Amino acid sequence: MTALLTMGPLLYHWSTDDWRDFYFKIADEAPVASVCLGEVVCPKRAAFTLPHYEEVIERLQRAGKEVVFSTPALITDERDLTLVKDAVELGLGLVEANDVAALPLLAGKPHMIGPYVNVYNESALARLSADGAVRVTLPVELPAASVGKLAEQKAAEIELQVFGRWPLAISARCYHARAYGRSKDGCLFACGEDPDGLPVETLDDEAFLVVNGVQTQSASYGCLLTELDLLKACGVTRFRLSPQKVGMVEVARLFRDRLDGRLDRDEATVALEQLAGPVPLSNGFFHGREGAQFL
Amino acid sequence: MTLERLELVCPAGTPAALEAAVDAGADTVYLGFRDATNARNFPGLNFSRKELETAIAYAHPRGSKVYLAINSFPQAGNEGPWRQAVDDAARLGVDAIIVSDIGVLDYAARRHPDLRRHLSVQASAAHPLALEYYQRNFGITRAVLPRVLTVPQVKEIAATATVETEVFVYGGMCPMAEGRCALSSYATGRSPNTAGVCSPASHVRYVPEGDRVQVRLGDFTINRFEAGEPSGYPTLCKGRFKAHGRASYLFEDPVSLDARPLIPELAAAGVKALKIEGRQRGRAYIAQVVGALRDAVEEAAAGRAPDTTSLAALSEGGRGTGGAYRKDWR
Repeated sequence: MTALLTMGPLLYHWSTDDWRDFYFKIADEAPVASVCLGEVVCPKRAAFTLPHYEEVIERLQRAGKEVVFSTPALITDERDLTLVKDAVELGLGLVEANDVAALPLLAGKPHMIGPYVNVYNESALARLSADGAVRVTLPVELPAASVGKLAEQKAAEIELQVFGRWPLAISARCYHARAYGRSKDGCLFACGEDPDGLPVETLDDEAFLVVNGVQTQSASYGCLLTELDLLKACGVTRFRLSPQKVGMVEVARLFRDRLDGRLDRDEATVALEQLAGPVPLSNGFFHGREGAQFL
Repeated sequence: MTLERLELVCPAGTPAALEAAVDAGADTVYLGFRDATNARNFPGLNFSRKELETAIAYAHPRGSKVYLAINSFPQAGNEGPWRQAVDDAARLGVDAIIVSDIGVLDYAARRHPDLRRHLSVQASAAHPLALEYYQRNFGITRAVLPRVLTVPQVKEIAATATVETEVFVYGGMCPMAEGRCALSSYATGRSPNTAGVCSPASHVRYVPEGDRVQVRLGDFTINRFEAGEPSGYPTLCKGRFKAHGRASYLFEDPVSLDARPLIPELAAAGVKALKIEGRQRGRAYIAQVVGALRDAVEEAAAGRAPDTTSLAALSEGGRGTGGAYRKDWR
């Protein structure tokens, strides 16, 4: 059974240079099979990176990586939808739908389903697969039993996020602008100030969530490093790393080494904790527990 | 100028609330079975099959319709209860089912093509193309729109959609796209999508701290109140959190939606129905809110501005809001 790594879409608003350098570095050094481009969180950000798509796509493809085009997690207007249309028209790789509104544009041709579309059961998976979904990244809160059941259908390749902050919620309201005392229309790209998300703490100063524009994520980095053997055994073939402001090439190598059995579980976990620094890890969702837990 | 009279869709968590809603002028009452197949799976709430039968026998002769919400997401390996709910809805003669999951919709469309299917707000279909997807594939005839849309967006969808649209007019607000939120699940391990309950009471603790009370959800502090400070139900997204060291209601203020002033505008835009949130509410609340909304719908239909001075005592935090319908909400 193959086990391939995917670099998920960069969900934060990094400077254009940082964005481009990140993808160049992934192209050149990271042992990942697929790399997702595309703005998932806020269409206003897309204009900054679009001029660099051509060189980034070329660099990734030259490195032998499959390029996937991720699309917005919440489609409410034409700006959101335009990003889907552009990805389809570009025709340079599989397009990943993250909102049902994208599906009519993709039906009948091979495409991917991202983690923001609710695929909780066999019937939903079968239906999406019949309409052309060839790979499905499951919602982050699914427990092991569901992941196993869906992977065993063989209806589509099953991918699961195994590293990075869990995307927990999406809104039309921009919490980033709100936290900076700005309106959404006059946001001045407040989200650019926080390249790893804006920390949201409880009143008792515990790390809890981070805000990334209209998206809310976990404060912890999701980590299913010790669950990889189990995931492989139940038929999951693709493993998604969601970019954080840490050494993602090192993270990718760590997961690759673990998948290939070059590192044991404990070594790998210690190494990942070092890369994560002060950020806690979590894997509770997979174990049917509080998502914030690390078991 | 007179406007189309909008259908008033009202919640009922108990048979008593259903009768109160019908008596107060509900065009339609929506309810759920007493299990995880619906998104208000609270202890002591909802209907058995027998109670649904009785509910329909009460509502139909009085000119009210009954919709059944089957709007949570079945987990893999356990689709049976959701299919059974769909079969029973058809057998007992509900006027429509309200569904969010693609798998459940697929089953209902194939097995019971004549049973009306409405798209639940839990599907958070926020663009005409999403509605088109559900209509073309599963024959939905109506969609309940998410609570994150502005009035201009609602208008655009209502004007272009080829299905009926229903929007929330009163009650609790979700600041997040519904059915796609794992915040509560992250803190409690119970998923609103599969277990049908957000910020469950079983995981809420009130910890006294002298004059103050700390509110915990799972392992996290989600609020703290001074003595005498009003406090609503501790839903996670309506808690107080710190960003940049400053505590605030970062996600949503503890207010509830009251969109009565917008009813004429919504009617003119082609919206078909107005929904009241609150299946967890008691009979007295239901009677009062449904009565006030009935008045508002009649006023709007007669071309007059609805009176919005009533109900202040019932709103969370004592004040109602236009919520996401206001552009500055975002």
